[in-house]
Amino acid sequence: MSDAVSALNGQRASGLVDLADAGPMGMITLRGDLGLLGGALGSVLGLSAPELRRVVSGEKGQVLWMSPDELLVVLPYAEAPGVAAALEAALAGQFATVAVVSDARALIRVSGAQARDVLAKLMPIDFADFAVGELRRSRLAQVAAAVWRDSADEWSVVCFRSVAGYAFEALATVAQPGGEVGLYH
Amino acid sequence: MLLLTCPCCGVSAEETEFTNGGEAHLKRFGPGSSDADYEAYMFARKNPRGVHFERWRHAYGCGKWFLMARDTMTLEVYGAYKAQTTEPPADIQAKIKARRPEWEGYK
Ligand SMILES: [Zn+2]
Repeated sequence: MSDAVSALNGQRASGLVDLADAGPMGMITLRGDLGLLGGALGSVLGLSAPELRRVVSGEKGQVLWMSPDELLVVLPYAEAPGVAAALEAALAGQFATVAVVSDARALIRVSGAQARDVLAKLMPIDFADFAVGELRRSRLAQVAAAVWRDSADEWSVVCFRSVAGYAFEALATVAQPGGEVGLYH
Repeated sequence: MLLLTCPCCGVSAEETEFTNGGEAHLKRFGPGSSDADYEAYMFARKNPRGVHFERWRHAYGCGKWFLMARDTMTLEVYGAYKAQTTEPPADIQAKIKARRPEWEGYK
Protein backbone atom coordinates (compact mmCIF):
# COMPACT_ATOMS: atom_id res chain seq x y z
CA MET A 1 0.00 0.00 0.00
CA SER A 2 1.24 3.49 -0.79
CA ASP A 3 1.89 6.03 1.97
CA ALA A 4 -0.92 8.43 2.77
CA VAL A 5 -0.08 12.05 2.06
CA SER A 6 -2.19 15.00 3.13
CA ALA A 7 -3.27 17.52 0.51
CA LEU A 8 -0.92 20.16 1.94
CA ASN A 9 1.90 17.68 2.49
CA GLY A 10 3.21 19.24 5.68
CA GLN A 11 3.09 22.83 4.44
CA ARG A 12 3.82 25.58 6.96
CA ALA A 13 3.74 29.36 6.95
CA SER A 14 4.52 32.05 9.47
CA GLY A 15 3.34 35.62 9.72
CA LEU A 16 0.86 37.19 12.08
CA VAL A 17 0.08 33.61 13.03
CA ASP A 18 1.68 30.23 12.47
CA LEU A 19 -0.07 27.99 9.97
CA ALA A 20 0.62 24.28 9.80
CA ASP A 21 -0.83 21.38 7.90
CA ALA A 22 -1.94 18.83 10.49
CA GLY A 23 -0.72 16.06 8.19
CA PRO A 24 -2.75 12.95 7.44
CA MET A 25 -5.56 12.83 10.00
CA GLY A 26 -8.16 10.17 10.51
CA MET A 27 -11.67 11.50 10.08
CA ILE A 28 -14.97 9.68 10.33
CA THR A 29 -18.31 11.22 9.44
CA LEU A 30 -21.28 10.00 11.43
CA ARG A 31 -24.86 10.77 10.50
CA GLY A 32 -27.97 9.96 12.46
CA ASP A 33 -29.69 10.91 15.68
CA LEU A 34 -27.03 12.49 17.90
CA GLY A 35 -28.21 10.57 20.96
CA LEU A 36 -27.80 7.32 19.06
CA LEU A 37 -24.36 8.35 17.76
CA GLY A 38 -23.32 9.43 21.26
CA GLY A 39 -24.05 5.95 22.60
CA ALA A 40 -21.85 4.34 19.94
CA LEU A 41 -19.05 6.87 20.55
CA GLY A 42 -19.21 6.15 24.26
CA SER A 43 -18.81 2.41 23.82
CA VAL A 44 -16.09 2.61 21.13
CA LEU A 45 -14.02 5.68 22.08
CA GLY A 46 -15.21 6.65 25.54
CA LEU A 47 -16.32 9.99 24.09
CA SER A 48 -19.77 11.55 24.10
CA ALA A 49 -21.67 13.40 21.40
CA PRO A 50 -20.91 17.12 21.62
CA GLU A 51 -23.54 19.69 22.45
CA LEU A 52 -24.70 22.07 19.75
CA ARG A 53 -21.68 23.70 18.02
CA ARG A 54 -19.21 22.20 20.46
CA VAL A 55 -16.18 19.92 20.37
CA VAL A 56 -15.59 16.99 22.72
CA SER A 57 -11.93 16.10 23.23
CA GLY A 58 -10.46 12.99 24.79
CA GLU A 59 -7.35 10.87 24.74
CA LYS A 60 -8.44 8.98 21.66
CA GLY A 61 -9.48 11.95 19.58
CA GLN A 62 -12.02 14.68 19.09
CA VAL A 63 -15.68 14.65 18.17
CA LEU A 64 -16.93 17.71 16.33
CA TRP A 65 -20.53 18.83 16.01
CA MET A 66 -21.26 19.35 12.31
CA SER A 67 -25.05 19.70 12.11
CA PRO A 68 -28.14 18.59 14.07
CA ASP A 69 -27.61 15.08 12.66
CA GLU A 70 -23.91 14.94 11.79
CA LEU A 71 -20.66 14.52 13.74
CA LEU A 72 -17.03 14.35 12.64
CA VAL A 73 -14.57 12.22 14.59
CA VAL A 74 -10.91 13.31 14.30
CA LEU A 75 -8.28 10.79 15.36
CA PRO A 76 -4.88 9.40 14.27
CA TYR A 77 -4.90 8.46 10.59
CA ALA A 78 -4.14 4.76 11.00
CA GLU A 79 -6.91 4.25 13.55
CA ALA A 80 -9.78 5.53 11.40
CA PRO A 81 -10.66 2.29 9.56
CA GLY A 82 -10.68 0.20 12.74
CA VAL A 83 -12.68 2.72 14.75
CA ALA A 84 -15.11 3.13 11.86
CA ALA A 85 -15.64 -0.62 11.76
CA ALA A 86 -16.26 -0.69 15.51
CA LEU A 87 -18.72 2.22 15.24
CA GLU A 88 -20.43 0.45 12.35
CA ALA A 89 -20.81 -2.65 14.52
CA ALA A 90 -22.11 -0.60 17.45
CA LEU A 91 -24.70 1.02 15.18
CA ALA A 92 -25.67 -2.17 13.34
CA GLY A 93 -29.34 -2.21 12.42
CA GLN A 94 -29.80 1.41 13.45
CA PHE A 95 -30.62 4.34 11.18
CA ALA A 96 -27.12 5.81 11.02
CA THR A 97 -24.21 6.16 8.59
CA VAL A 98 -20.49 5.77 9.24
CA ALA A 99 -17.98 6.86 6.59
CA VAL A 100 -14.21 7.29 6.68
CA VAL A 101 -13.43 10.67 5.09
CA SER A 102 -9.77 11.00 6.13
CA ASP A 103 -8.58 11.51 2.56
CA ALA A 104 -11.43 13.87 1.68
CA ARG A 105 -10.54 16.62 4.14
CA ALA A 106 -7.66 18.86 5.07
CA LEU A 107 -6.92 20.10 8.57
CA ILE A 108 -4.95 23.31 9.16
CA ARG A 109 -3.71 24.43 12.58
CA VAL A 110 -3.69 28.16 13.19
CA SER A 111 -1.84 29.41 16.24
CA GLY A 112 -0.81 32.72 17.69
CA ALA A 113 -2.22 35.64 19.62
CA GLN A 114 -3.62 37.19 16.42
CA ALA A 115 -5.39 34.04 15.24
CA ARG A 116 -8.86 35.56 15.65
CA ASP A 117 -7.90 38.64 13.63
CA VAL A 118 -6.55 36.48 10.83
CA LEU A 119 -9.54 34.14 10.79
CA ALA A 120 -11.98 37.06 10.91
CA LYS A 121 -10.49 38.47 7.71
CA LEU A 122 -11.78 35.45 5.83
CA MET A 123 -14.72 34.15 7.85
CA PRO A 124 -18.00 36.02 8.53
CA ILE A 125 -17.90 35.14 12.23
CA ASP A 126 -17.90 37.28 15.35
CA PHE A 127 -14.98 35.83 17.28
CA ALA A 128 -15.42 38.07 20.33
CA ASP A 129 -17.26 35.47 22.41
CA PHE A 130 -15.85 32.36 20.73
CA ALA A 131 -15.07 29.99 23.60
CA VAL A 132 -12.49 27.20 23.82
CA GLY A 133 -14.25 24.03 22.69
CA GLU A 134 -16.68 25.92 20.48
CA LEU A 135 -17.05 25.22 16.75
CA ARG A 136 -18.52 27.10 13.82
CA ARG A 137 -19.22 25.88 10.33
CA SER A 138 -19.07 28.75 7.91
CA ARG A 139 -17.14 29.86 4.90
CA LEU A 140 -13.46 30.73 4.59
CA ALA A 141 -13.23 33.26 1.76
CA GLN A 142 -15.09 31.38 -0.96
CA VAL A 143 -15.07 27.81 0.36
CA ALA A 144 -16.89 25.94 3.11
CA ALA A 145 -14.89 25.36 6.29
CA ALA A 146 -15.34 24.64 9.96
CA VAL A 147 -13.28 26.31 12.65
CA TRP A 148 -12.91 25.43 16.31
CA ARG A 149 -10.88 26.73 19.21
CA ASP A 150 -8.56 24.18 20.82
CA SER A 151 -7.09 26.61 23.38
CA ALA A 152 -6.72 30.35 23.84
CA ASP A 153 -4.31 30.77 20.92
CA GLU A 154 -4.76 27.48 19.05
CA TRP A 155 -7.40 27.02 16.39
CA SER A 156 -8.17 24.34 13.84
CA VAL A 157 -9.71 24.74 10.41
CA VAL A 158 -11.07 21.83 8.41
CA CYS A 159 -12.06 22.05 4.75
CA PHE A 160 -12.43 19.80 1.76
CA ARG A 161 -9.21 18.34 0.38
CA SER A 162 -9.85 19.79 -3.08
CA VAL A 163 -9.73 23.36 -1.71
CA ALA A 164 -6.93 22.80 0.83
CA GLY A 165 -4.37 24.74 -1.20
CA TYR A 166 -6.77 27.64 -1.66
CA ALA A 167 -7.63 27.76 2.04
CA PHE A 168 -3.98 27.61 3.11
CA GLU A 169 -2.85 30.27 0.61
CA ALA A 170 -5.76 32.52 1.60
CA LEU A 171 -4.83 32.22 5.28
CA ALA A 172 -1.14 32.73 4.56
CA THR A 173 -1.90 35.83 2.49
CA VAL A 174 -4.04 37.56 5.13
CA ALA A 175 -1.49 36.59 7.79
CA GLN A 176 1.33 38.50 6.11
CA PRO A 177 3.12 40.99 8.40
CA GLY A 178 1.80 44.47 7.82
CA GLY A 179 -1.78 43.32 7.82
CA GLU A 180 -2.34 43.59 11.56
CA VAL A 181 -5.89 44.43 12.56
CA GLY A 182 -5.77 44.58 16.34
CA LEU A 183 -9.49 43.93 16.69
CA TYR A 184 -9.32 41.13 19.21
CA HIS A 185 -7.12 41.41 22.27
CA MET B 1 -26.99 42.69 3.90
CA LEU B 2 -29.32 40.52 5.97
CA LEU B 3 -28.38 39.12 9.36
CA LEU B 4 -30.19 35.80 9.68
CA THR B 5 -30.59 33.30 12.51
CA CYS B 6 -30.82 29.63 11.61
CA PRO B 7 -33.56 27.88 13.62
CA CYS B 8 -31.76 24.53 13.21
CA CYS B 9 -28.39 25.39 14.78
CA GLY B 10 -29.06 28.78 16.39
CA VAL B 11 -26.25 30.56 14.56
CA SER B 12 -26.76 34.20 13.67
CA ALA B 13 -24.76 34.98 10.59
CA GLU B 14 -24.68 37.22 7.61
CA GLU B 15 -26.54 36.51 4.42
CA THR B 16 -23.54 35.08 2.55
CA GLU B 17 -23.56 32.00 4.77
CA PHE B 18 -27.08 31.18 3.50
CA THR B 19 -28.76 30.59 0.18
CA ASN B 20 -32.28 31.61 -0.74
CA GLY B 21 -34.52 28.82 -2.00
CA GLY B 22 -37.48 30.81 -3.29
CA GLU B 23 -41.05 30.99 -2.11
CA ALA B 24 -42.18 28.80 0.80
CA HIS B 25 -45.44 26.94 1.39
CA LEU B 26 -46.01 25.96 -2.24
CA LYS B 27 -48.64 23.29 -2.78
CA ARG B 28 -47.42 20.71 -5.23
CA PHE B 29 -49.56 19.78 -8.24
CA GLY B 30 -48.11 16.72 -9.93
CA PRO B 31 -49.32 14.10 -12.44
CA GLY B 32 -53.08 14.08 -12.88
CA SER B 33 -53.58 17.73 -11.95
CA SER B 34 -55.06 20.27 -14.34
CA ASP B 35 -52.78 22.15 -16.72
CA ALA B 36 -53.63 25.43 -15.02
CA ASP B 37 -52.78 24.11 -11.54
CA TYR B 38 -49.57 22.53 -12.78
CA GLU B 39 -48.51 25.67 -14.60
CA ALA B 40 -49.20 27.80 -11.53
CA TYR B 41 -47.26 25.40 -9.33
CA MET B 42 -44.31 25.35 -11.70
CA PHE B 43 -44.08 28.98 -12.70
CA ALA B 44 -46.31 31.37 -10.74
CA ARG B 45 -44.56 32.97 -7.78
CA LYS B 46 -45.51 35.82 -5.51
CA ASN B 47 -43.28 38.85 -5.79
CA PRO B 48 -44.61 41.11 -3.07
CA ARG B 49 -43.31 44.47 -1.96
CA GLY B 50 -43.63 43.61 1.70
CA VAL B 51 -44.22 40.40 3.66
CA HIS B 52 -42.77 37.32 1.99
CA PHE B 53 -42.38 33.71 3.13
CA GLU B 54 -39.22 32.08 1.83
CA ARG B 55 -37.19 28.89 1.91
CA TRP B 56 -33.59 29.34 2.99
CA ARG B 57 -30.71 26.96 3.45
CA HIS B 58 -27.87 27.39 5.93
CA ALA B 59 -25.59 26.35 3.09
CA TYR B 60 -22.16 27.05 4.60
CA GLY B 61 -23.29 26.20 8.12
CA CYS B 62 -25.33 23.23 9.32
CA GLY B 63 -26.67 22.63 5.80
CA LYS B 64 -30.31 22.53 6.87
CA TRP B 65 -33.29 24.03 5.08
CA PHE B 66 -35.64 26.27 7.02
CA LEU B 67 -38.40 28.78 6.36
CA MET B 68 -38.42 32.47 7.06
CA ALA B 69 -40.86 35.36 7.06
CA ARG B 70 -39.30 38.64 6.07
CA ASP B 71 -40.11 41.95 4.48
CA THR B 72 -38.80 42.57 0.97
CA MET B 73 -39.18 46.31 1.39
CA THR B 74 -37.74 46.99 4.85
CA LEU B 75 -35.57 43.82 4.99
CA GLU B 76 -36.97 43.17 8.48
CA VAL B 77 -36.94 39.50 9.44
CA TYR B 78 -40.14 38.52 11.26
CA GLY B 79 -38.98 35.05 12.18
CA ALA B 80 -37.48 31.76 11.02
CA TYR B 81 -39.00 28.34 11.58
CA LYS B 82 -38.53 24.67 10.74
CA ALA B 83 -38.92 23.49 7.17
CA GLN B 84 -41.34 20.81 8.37
CA THR B 85 -44.08 23.43 8.85
CA THR B 86 -47.02 23.61 6.45
CA GLU B 87 -48.06 27.16 7.24
CA PRO B 88 -46.49 30.13 9.06
CA PRO B 89 -46.64 29.69 12.87
CA ALA B 90 -49.35 31.72 14.62
CA ASP B 91 -46.85 33.76 16.66
CA ILE B 92 -45.00 34.89 13.54
CA GLN B 93 -48.26 35.77 11.81
CA ALA B 94 -49.30 37.77 14.88
CA LYS B 95 -45.95 39.57 14.90
CA ILE B 96 -46.31 40.51 11.24
CA LYS B 97 -49.87 41.71 11.81
CA ALA B 98 -48.67 43.91 14.68
CA ARG B 99 -45.88 45.40 12.56
CA ARG B 100 -47.87 45.66 9.33
CA PRO B 101 -51.63 46.03 10.15
CA GLU B 102 -52.45 46.32 6.43
CA TRP B 103 -50.99 42.85 5.72
CA GLU B 104 -53.64 40.61 4.20
CA GLY B 105 -52.38 37.23 5.39
CA TYR B 106 -50.07 34.68 3.87
CA LYS B 107 -52.38 32.95 1.34
ZN1 LIG C 1 -27.90 26.24 10.75
